[in-house]
Amino acid sequence: MSTLDTTISFIVNGESRTVQVPPMKRLLDVLREDLGLTGTKEGCGEGECGSCSVRLNGELVNSCLVPVLQADGSTVETVEGLARNGVLHPLQQAFLQCGGAQCGICTPGMLMAATHLLSHNPHPNMAEIREGLAGNLCRCTGFIRIFESVVAAAANQTVNKVASGPAHAR
Amino acid sequence: MSAHATSRIVGTPVPRKEGADKLLGIARYVDDIEREGMWHGATVRSTVPRALIRSIGFDQEIDWSEFTVVRAADIPGENNIQLINADQPCLADGQVNHCDEAILLLAHPDKHRVRQAVNAVRIEYDPLPPVFTIEESEKQQTVVWGADNLLKSFLLEKGDVDSVWASAAHIIEGEYRTGAQEHLYIENNGVIAEYSKESGVTVWGSLQCPFYVHRSLLAVFNLPPDKVRVIQTETGGAFGGKEDYPSTLASHAALLAMKSGHPVKMIYDRIEDLAATTKRHPSRARHRTALDGNGKLLAMDIDIATDGGAYSTLSPTVLSRATLHSPGPYVCPNVRVRSRSWATTTVPYGAFRGFGAPQTIFAIERHMDEIAAAIGIDPVELRRRNFLHDGDTTATEQVMREPVILDKLLDRALAQSDYYGRRSRFARENPLSPIKRGMGIAAFYHGSGFTGSGERYLNSLAGVDVTPDGKLRVLVASTEFGQGTNTVLTQIAAEAIGLHYDDVIIAPADTAIVPNSGPTVASRTAMVVGKLIERASLQLVAMLQQHAGLPVQYSRSDFFEACERCRAANGEVVSRCRYEAPPGIYWDDQKYRGEAYPAYAWSVHVAQVAVDVVTYSAEVEEFWAVQEVGRVINPVLAGGQIEGGIAQGIGYALYEKVILQDGHMANNQMTNYIMPTAEDVPPIHVHFEEIPFQHGGYGAKGVGELPHDGPAPAILNAIKDATGVGFNSIPLLPEDLHRALCAHETVEEPAAV
Repeated sequence: MSTLDTTISFIVNGESRTVQVPPMKRLLDVLREDLGLTGTKEGCGEGECGSCSVRLNGELVNSCLVPVLQADGSTVETVEGLARNGVLHPLQQAFLQCGGAQCGICTPGMLMAATHLLSHNPHPNMAEIREGLAGNLCRCTGFIRIFESVVAAAANQTVNKVASGPAHAR
Repeated sequence: MSAHATSRIVGTPVPRKEGADKLLGIARYVDDIEREGMWHGATVRSTVPRALIRSIGFDQEIDWSEFTVVRAADIPGENNIQLINADQPCLADGQVNHCDEAILLLAHPDKHRVRQAVNAVRIEYDPLPPVFTIEESEKQQTVVWGADNLLKSFLLEKGDVDSVWASAAHIIEGEYRTGAQEHLYIENNGVIAEYSKESGVTVWGSLQCPFYVHRSLLAVFNLPPDKVRVIQTETGGAFGGKEDYPSTLASHAALLAMKSGHPVKMIYDRIEDLAATTKRHPSRARHRTALDGNGKLLAMDIDIATDGGAYSTLSPTVLSRATLHSPGPYVCPNVRVRSRSWATTTVPYGAFRGFGAPQTIFAIERHMDEIAAAIGIDPVELRRRNFLHDGDTTATEQVMREPVILDKLLDRALAQSDYYGRRSRFARENPLSPIKRGMGIAAFYHGSGFTGSGERYLNSLAGVDVTPDGKLRVLVASTEFGQGTNTVLTQIAAEAIGLHYDDVIIAPADTAIVPNSGPTVASRTAMVVGKLIERASLQLVAMLQQHAGLPVQYSRSDFFEACERCRAANGEVVSRCRYEAPPGIYWDDQKYRGEAYPAYAWSVHVAQVAVDVVTYSAEVEEFWAVQEVGRVINPVLAGGQIEGGIAQGIGYALYEKVILQDGHMANNQMTNYIMPTAEDVPPIHVHFEEIPFQHGGYGAKGVGELPHDGPAPAILNAIKDATGVGFNSIPLLPEDLHRALCAHETVEEPAAV
């Protein structure tokens, strides 16, 4: 710990966590380096690609643009928090069945964006799905099967219950 | 083939093999891996396009004793990257030949401090004259490579084009240009390297071709093969962009590891990846075409030039594929293709999905529409009159022995898209609307596998073995980077032996474990490597039946019991197969004649495009892709390949522009290098026709590259249909549309159908 470090306490995927880190360290790096949550990825480092998307107090953010001090006392949800007891979240199941993941590097962020969308809008139409995922770039799929995955997950009623659980824990 | 009727797993949409790990966020990409005592590496790069290095200085405010610094003199073996030629240095030595060329390497325990230190290295240069364009290079006034700037040339001749011009009813000429394109894999290039005297070099990395990296490291370190080990980590997209560059990056990290005595991780950020790594070759194609009075092709004279950048890298083979795809899927008795790849002082251009074909297919398929307009034939009809059929010969005089069903693909594409209905509706609506809509088509083939004798030289080896815990394991160096290698090869092995999908695992792509099944490129994995796995699996069954008491009719448990009897007798259960060329394959590298590819995938694309003549934006509203790719091993994965390739092709046509300023990429950020987003990709309708190819894995041909070939010409043909203005250059951005449509004054109504 250096003298410039500060204490940050937050709830990450339902667990209380405390880290001693420089206050301007990116939330992305704290998740990956200090908490070992490497599911959240860096693609561009400037908030364009959405690979580092996480939910902060129920809002979808690019964790590469969030200084960790902004997350002090907050609730953070990452891809690692989606599955419960080793059972895939309905969105993860839909992505697996529909071919919504190819290389997988955008997938964690895409899942968080889709989770966020469905938590606010359980039955989005295609235009709403496109808009909801527009901040997340995928270079492999052409997005078509990602849209299908979200449609399939939305059709599964359980998704709404699960997705809205942590979203309203603020 | 009989398997078609009885197959259980091939042809079904089983979920992606490594899909759950990716969805759970537990798949391990290179930046997710840490090693004990690991340092971080960074690269000091040239800021000028071409110069002699006068001096290298180090700012005093940094304590350089904390750092490891590697320069060219530290290289124990050869200072070059082994590819086709060995002309590209691993580290610049005395001279730089492009911006962002690696000169010096730094390593430090702290990744932030090593990046800061890059800016504290002062390099002074004595500038040399640069060359930035094909036109400057081909003048040969400034020679930047070899004796004449010419990286490679081909001459392909069939018949005698010059005998035709005088008597032809029509002669149509055109020039077509394509820009560079960035792969924009979402995971940047990255590796971790370790070195010890006992084990030599070990590299983990995001890469396509473990044995390419292996070969390069052998030369850079002057080590025997067993002292270099390359392991692919989960790879977040590649598209050709991780075919050759990882050889350079792995060498850099391993040099730092050797000198520092620590494992060294090097992960590029987006800015560095965009500035310093390969892109699709810019191209120029000139067509001169003769036709008779019925619209039949008589002669095609094609001149192709590509910009190869500062070193030859893969430019010769990219040019080869560009050459072989330039005449399109048409019959023509007289063809001449001259092609040249020119050196410039820019970052070397490299492999990118399609590998030269998207460039020359853009040219021929735009040209066909220009011909149709010039001679007054419907563009669909012009294509139909000239399509290749079974028994016809290509420009290399390859006889089409496999079925060619272009007419059927075209009919299906026209029907599905209601091509004629929509065209006539748009012709009525466009004059009354600021939105001008049009329909465009493109027809094309993509050769599967390496060109000509390439697969024979590769001489790939692949196999299967059975692990002590009772899993059939696929042994290949073929890598998964999203396209479905793991899943497709699992399906093939499970199908051949009669196992469950979960009985089969894929060995790590680790040069210490797997045989060299060749590079994961050229749409070859399902077809060539898939066939090797099919053969190796069937060979294993035959061997167990002969030597381990496996009955002719056997159950899954019979199989694994026989495997254990085999293991008890031999110590291992393994079966390997080496590539065998399909019979009758003949290729003359000198004359560029013969069987250019063992098989071709075929496709027709239709694009509906809307051009807004107020904002000058062009939007693809709907897209249809009909293709014949042999047997479809996994319909969900294959459909995903088609859709993803089309999205990249839309970006290539309308969004993605690499802007070079003094040879440096000026827009090297995702903020201003723009790819299609979820809001830009239209509904894409994908349909497969299946004709199993007997020399491909369960009938597969190549699928990965094909979909990138068609969107750009189909879209620009649709824009011509919509606006009456033909555009012959991509990317076509709103400012280009604005300029041209303003110059055109009034937008013409589309030709009546």
